[in-house]
Amino acid sequence: MDIFYFLIFPGFLFAALVGLVFTWVDRKVTARLQWRVGPPFLQPFYDFGKLLSKEITVPKQGERISFLLAPFLGLLATALVATILGFSIVFPARGFIGDLIVVLYLLIIPSLAIIIGGFAAANPLSSIGASREMKMIMAYELPFILAILVPVIKSDYSVNINLIMLSQQQHGATAGSLSGFIAFIVCLLVVQAKLALPPFDIPEAETELMAGPCIEYSGGLLALFKLTRAMLLFLLPLFLVILFFGGISVSGWHLLAGILKIVLVLVIIVIIKNTNPRLRIDQALRFFWVNCTLLSILAILLAYLGL
Amino acid sequence: MANWKINMLTRSPWVFHLAAASCNNCDIEILDLLTPRHDVERFGIVLVGSIKHADVLLVTGCVNRKNVARIKRLYDEAPKPILVVAIGACACSGNMFRTGYQFAGPFDKIIPVHAYVPGCPPKPEAMIDGVVKLITKLKNK
Ligand code: SF4
Repeated sequence: MDIFYFLIFPGFLFAALVGLVFTWVDRKVTARLQWRVGPPFLQPFYDFGKLLSKEITVPKQGERISFLLAPFLGLLATALVATILGFSIVFPARGFIGDLIVVLYLLIIPSLAIIIGGFAAANPLSSIGASREMKMIMAYELPFILAILVPVIKSDYSVNINLIMLSQQQHGATAGSLSGFIAFIVCLLVVQAKLALPPFDIPEAETELMAGPCIEYSGGLLALFKLTRAMLLFLLPLFLVILFFGGISVSGWHLLAGILKIVLVLVIIVIIKNTNPRLRIDQALRFFWVNCTLLSILAILLAYLGL
Repeated sequence: MANWKINMLTRSPWVFHLAAASCNNCDIEILDLLTPRHDVERFGIVLVGSIKHADVLLVTGCVNRKNVARIKRLYDEAPKPILVVAIGACACSGNMFRTGYQFAGPFDKIIPVHAYVPGCPPKPEAMIDGVVKLITKLKNK
């Protein structure tokens, strides 16, 4: 039964399907913002199918095993995140104390997979991309963890995702308070960086690094990276909604409201993506370490004071 | 099985753009295709930065002795199946450079070419027409 949860619902398959649909939302909104028509609804599915049908090439000088395994590592961790987040909504009893911390750890693994793949490819551009990805992780993890302390404090120091959701359903959404709102803004920016979207698309800066760490990947392996990315495009907004907007309950209209909340967060992310130019790596580092960290410390202090 | 693959390929052709010593005019016309007026993302066409991600190799400019080896190498590196489209009179025939001492083409002697879009530079509409013809050819094969 656990295998079913992990592979089908709420794990891998479900998150993958929703993620691909969310990719379409991303591309369509982007196109509309640029006054274009945009791709058809099934486009991400076509892309995925096409990539699966192509040849897989492995660079000769690369590290073969890590090159081949890296995409699976990211995908497995993402599917695990989908399972844990899904459990906290659908089967609250299966949550455990500390699952918030586990999710935080698991969310780093897709980036680590990209780094491993980028270095294993032995391509100068992908190595630069991977090293930038590494710097980005160091930049955004600190403010991310600090900002996530705010919902934890608000929900009486529980590190259980379901308890955080329940306490918000009783006392109102975290983002409704001043400290929660500041923490939400910080988390939104971190999610932007985790998805490597502009202004933080530094690792795969297409004008300088072409495709960044994924440059040597082709065919099915690239499809796995794209799928991981698509799933994160669904899971990270879901995570934000759970932490800051009272989560989702699966009864009747509440479910619809929950879906709307996730799509709203996604659209905000897409709008930020389309209205900002790319930062340099040192600017991004300073932005996260100084501005965002200070903001999240302020948010924690405010949360202590009960604001 | 093969049918399914071709269907997928024609619905999401990712394009890699190789400027093999062009005068840059063809390249700008290619970029025109991505602008709101033509918006080829409607058909799933996107420009990618790495040949490893590409399904279609667009080549502009006339092949010369400097870049002939690189074109061959790029073609070999591409994951198959890959389609090659020659954009512009230079890539199709050599244009007015065909008698030059540097000329190493014509292009289809070097790698197989699946579609030719003549013009100096070809209009974006002509390129879309070329792609449509290529897709019909693939589907009927
Ligand atoms: S075909 Fe004409 S426009 Fe195109 S690269 Fe050659 S000279 Fe330039």
